[in-house]
Amino acid sequence: MSRVVNLPVTDDVVSELKVGDVIYVSGVVVTARDAAHRRFLVEGVPLPVDLRGLAILHAGPIMVRFGGKWVCRSVGPTTSMRMEYYESEFIERTGVKIIIGKGGMGSRTAEACRKFKAVYVIFPGGCGALGAFAVEEVLGVEWLDLGIPEALWLLRVKEFGPLIVAIDSQGNNLTDEVTNTARSRVATQLQSKIRQYLL
Amino acid sequence: MISRFISLVVVRLPDDVLSALASASKIESSPHVKLVYEAMFRNLEIAAKRNVPLCQDTGVLEFFVGLGEGFTYAGDLLKAIREAVVRATNDGFLRPNVVDPVTSRNTGDNTGLGHPWVEIEMLPGVNHADLRLYIAGGGSSRPGSARVLDPALGLEGVAEFVLNVVAEYGPPACPPLVVGVGLGPTVEIAALLSKKALLRTLGSRNPNPKIALLEERLAEAINGLGIGPQGLGGRTTALAVHVEYAGRHPATLAVGVSTACWALRKGWLRVFPDLSYQVLTHGGVVLE
Repeated sequence: MSRVVNLPVTDDVVSELKVGDVIYVSGVVVTARDAAHRRFLVEGVPLPVDLRGLAILHAGPIMVRFGGKWVCRSVGPTTSMRMEYYESEFIERTGVKIIIGKGGMGSRTAEACRKFKAVYVIFPGGCGALGAFAVEEVLGVEWLDLGIPEALWLLRVKEFGPLIVAIDSQGNNLTDEVTNTARSRVATQLQSKIRQYLL
Repeated sequence: MISRFISLVVVRLPDDVLSALASASKIESSPHVKLVYEAMFRNLEIAAKRNVPLCQDTGVLEFFVGLGEGFTYAGDLLKAIREAVVRATNDGFLRPNVVDPVTSRNTGDNTGLGHPWVEIEMLPGVNHADLRLYIAGGGSSRPGSARVLDPALGLEGVAEFVLNVVAEYGPPACPPLVVGVGLGPTVEIAALLSKKALLRTLGSRNPNPKIALLEERLAEAINGLGIGPQGLGGRTTALAVHVEYAGRHPATLAVGVSTACWALRKGWLRVFPDLSYQVLTHGGVVLE
């Protein structure tokens, strides 16, 4: 199933999204990665954007100034796991509803998604040109002193995706199983695919 | 010329990577994985059409420069690399990615202490220079690991180390990956060789048959972990495993692992003594 979700989004719509669903989002998406999370949660600087009902994107875009206006040339997701340290508190304190990233997130984020009705979705990594194609306008930028990749970029997007729901608002986690399976298979792969061939 | 070479490398994938991805995409059946491949190929089309970086993370730039003993423009070439990096950043082909580790300040133009990173090697008996560029993105560099093993652990110990690194750190590193493995006496030799292994043409094998077998078996074992494209499960986790090695010390067996994401951006520019050039990684390309 694939659907377009408009931002800001309500808890009711978020609750309908299940792991494995494919969605596209339209509306305002704000980039936020390591330094922005840290400044807000560790240094205690108030966030200059109201994220209630909106989506954040774990991404550091390539932006250029063109005739006085910022243009997004490439934007795709960064490794979400680096934000696992912060994300549960970030969800609780901002009211953000959709977290867009790549590679999956852990149990603390899944618990926050369950408790505060949010979802974590995966945009295919490396697809920065595809991401920028869905950006209609750069609405603004905050905390640019953090550098272009780490600043908060406010993007108006149209049908940004595909986004695969990887953690839903019941706390189900799609990538957990893959990760756990991979870890548990190291010994058997070593035995069946390596040991007998190297003797 | 060099700034255009840089922009080529961040906009278009090399021929060998494109054909490996095309083959890997054909054997997948899960709807999510098919969707991911569709997005990847559409992304490549859009990047080429709009002439924009295919991935927003244009990494830190690592140049592996081979200087022929008869090539007389070595100094100019090294200066041109630095200027080209700044220009490609200003033109919107490179994201400023060099951060001072002490102040956490971004330098803004991809230069800084040690950047752009340049490794130089002399090429005896030739007159040309080889400029090989590797785009080291953050996500794909994150699994990088190196360690000195006891020789008693042997190649099996090496394989176990590699599998553990991929199982633990592979899923968010944008698989299907190319896994580079380096073996040698010390960590920095092993690590450097693991990066050079990533520059090898996909589909090539190490000339030592035993190491070639290790490459093949490691790729099978990594694919058996079931991580798949973007960590969503699937048949291909590693497009290829390349192993490069140097002699070890009697008491050490160092292993290094470097991973490249599916968007393995590398380029090989050969510059001749008359300053004509050839791009060896991207067929049919003229740097306008």
